[in-house]
Amino acid sequence: MKEAAIIIENITKKFEDATAVDGLNLVVEKGELFGLLGPNGAGKTTTINILCGLLKPTTGSVKVGGYDALKEPGKIKELIGVSPQETAVYPHLTGKENIELFANLHAMPKEKRNRNVDDLLQKLSLRDQAKRRAGKYSGGMMRRINLAMALVHDPEIAFLDEPTVGMDPQSRRAVWDFIRELRKQNKTVLLTTHYMEEAEELCDRVGIIDNGKLISLDTPQQLKRQFKAKNLEEVFLQLTGKRIREEV
Amino acid sequence: MKLQRVAALTKKNLLLLIRDPGALFMLILFPVIATMAFGLAFGTTDSGQSTYEIGVVNTDLSELSWSRHLIGNLSETMILNVQNYSDSNAVQSDLSQGKIQAVLIIPEDFGSSCDSYWASPTDPNLWINTTVTLYLDSGSLFATRAIPPIIQQTLSTSIYGSQQTKISGPVNIGSPSLVEVSTLTTFDYFAPGFFAFFAIFLIMTVSQSFIFEREKGLLRRIRTTPTSSSEFIASHTVSNMITAMIQVAIVFAVAILVGYRPLGDATSFVSAFLILAIFSLCCVGFGLIAATLAKSSGAATGIAFVFIMPQMLLGTFVSVGLSAIAKEAGRFVPGYYVTDALTSLFLRGAPVTSPSILLDVLVVALYSLVVLILGIILYGKYGKT
Repeated sequence: MKEAAIIIENITKKFEDATAVDGLNLVVEKGELFGLLGPNGAGKTTTINILCGLLKPTTGSVKVGGYDALKEPGKIKELIGVSPQETAVYPHLTGKENIELFANLHAMPKEKRNRNVDDLLQKLSLRDQAKRRAGKYSGGMMRRINLAMALVHDPEIAFLDEPTVGMDPQSRRAVWDFIRELRKQNKTVLLTTHYMEEAEELCDRVGIIDNGKLISLDTPQQLKRQFKAKNLEEVFLQLTGKRIREEV
Repeated sequence: MKLQRVAALTKKNLLLLIRDPGALFMLILFPVIATMAFGLAFGTTDSGQSTYEIGVVNTDLSELSWSRHLIGNLSETMILNVQNYSDSNAVQSDLSQGKIQAVLIIPEDFGSSCDSYWASPTDPNLWINTTVTLYLDSGSLFATRAIPPIIQQTLSTSIYGSQQTKISGPVNIGSPSLVEVSTLTTFDYFAPGFFAFFAIFLIMTVSQSFIFEREKGLLRRIRTTPTSSSEFIASHTVSNMITAMIQVAIVFAVAILVGYRPLGDATSFVSAFLILAIFSLCCVGFGLIAATLAKSSGAATGIAFVFIMPQMLLGTFVSVGLSAIAKEAGRFVPGYYVTDALTSLFLRGAPVTSPSILLDVLVVALYSLVVLILGIILYGKYGKT
């Protein structure tokens, strides 16, 4: 078995009377592109927030890159890159300045920083707009900058929370290509999405989560075979009796 | 603490100041406009002396040469435009309507009094004492400040000659015991408080910038990086100190442009910068406390004003016109000590090593330290989410 990059052991997270994550157990291998699927409010973002040290679990333990999230959050922050679900960029900074800022927050050497920033701008088709203020970007461009800010420091483990939500098909394809490249570089990626086709297209394995519980875990192909379904959407329907998202 | 992170975050904060019209207005344009407006309204440039209308009622029963001499000298000051009245009711009416700014009533025995002085200049027992009555337009700050010393000086020169203005004599002005010749303008009195006044608004911009980063999810995002809270807060502290320095430099430049001529030398200017840099730490602390208490940007503005208003009223140029009780209350706000130190430096011409200034600086430093630490602790505990 490969080395584990993320180990989640029986975590529960309660917010007053609501349980966001309920006894979740999961192991993500190093170099794996893992998809956490579920509808809005299923507990995906809460799980990511626990993994990157923003939230403490009510019970259970978490290890990321071999470090305990409760005891050594600082070590974990050096390993990870987080692309939040809601775009979080400084509107008064240009796209390039936003990416450079996060490179500096990871204390990258100047040369490597400049190289990585240029590389990311190129790959995410943002070079022409790099010197425009982010506040004037379209939604899709904003999300791509959001992603670049998470990955500029070349993290070993990337948490991508709904990275393509609200993107046009062309931008989404560009991001998919970029995520595939991360896998080729042997990066561990934990991706949350409620786009089933995205999970099928990208993920080595998927975990389906609903009401804070992991209800199924396998490769997309195996899950489809197991449930005799054409796609993961049907798998989810069979598992929960509901669609993962409302049709747009 | 990594300098690279602090520098990157500081640069980001300063870019926000330059690129955000709201922040730019609050921290740079507002001080420029206000200083210019106050300077032009309350300051006096070297070349542009104002003139004041003064009504004179001459009731002197003597040969009138002394009183004519006085009236002629008043006209020659070029500052006073003398209008002669024969009726004291008419002159009072014009004063109450603001048509003239002062009234001078020369008494019946004015000439006799002057003659008595010159008959026995060294024997006051033989003088005929008299009083020249002066009424001033209390609605005019300029008139109440500028006219009495001019009258006093002209009266002395007219009666005793230009070399003997300090001696006692038989002619007094009705209410002039406090009168002394001064070249200071109202703006000179206000200016030291101006610097603290504008710096206080840092409280609002600090609280809003923290709230902005929290509301936009940027704070959470930064917390997923190795950046520590101390690095984050240090960047805000540094950027606000730089902002305060820029603000002080601009306010100084604009103030001097509109006629402000502070006492003191280069050391005084450097000291003023340092005092305001220390004070900016206090403002960052108050900003953090406001950001901790506020849940939204609007609330941050409101809460920031809870800290701004007392300091503005009690600790800046606004306090010049307050009651003695209010002035005493000012001792509880740090801005008071900043204004007091700058007043000593620039208005009294005191050296920076004078005990009163050192005490002011010590109080500001201690106050700033306590408020900043309190702000960091509260924000670290309750303000991040």
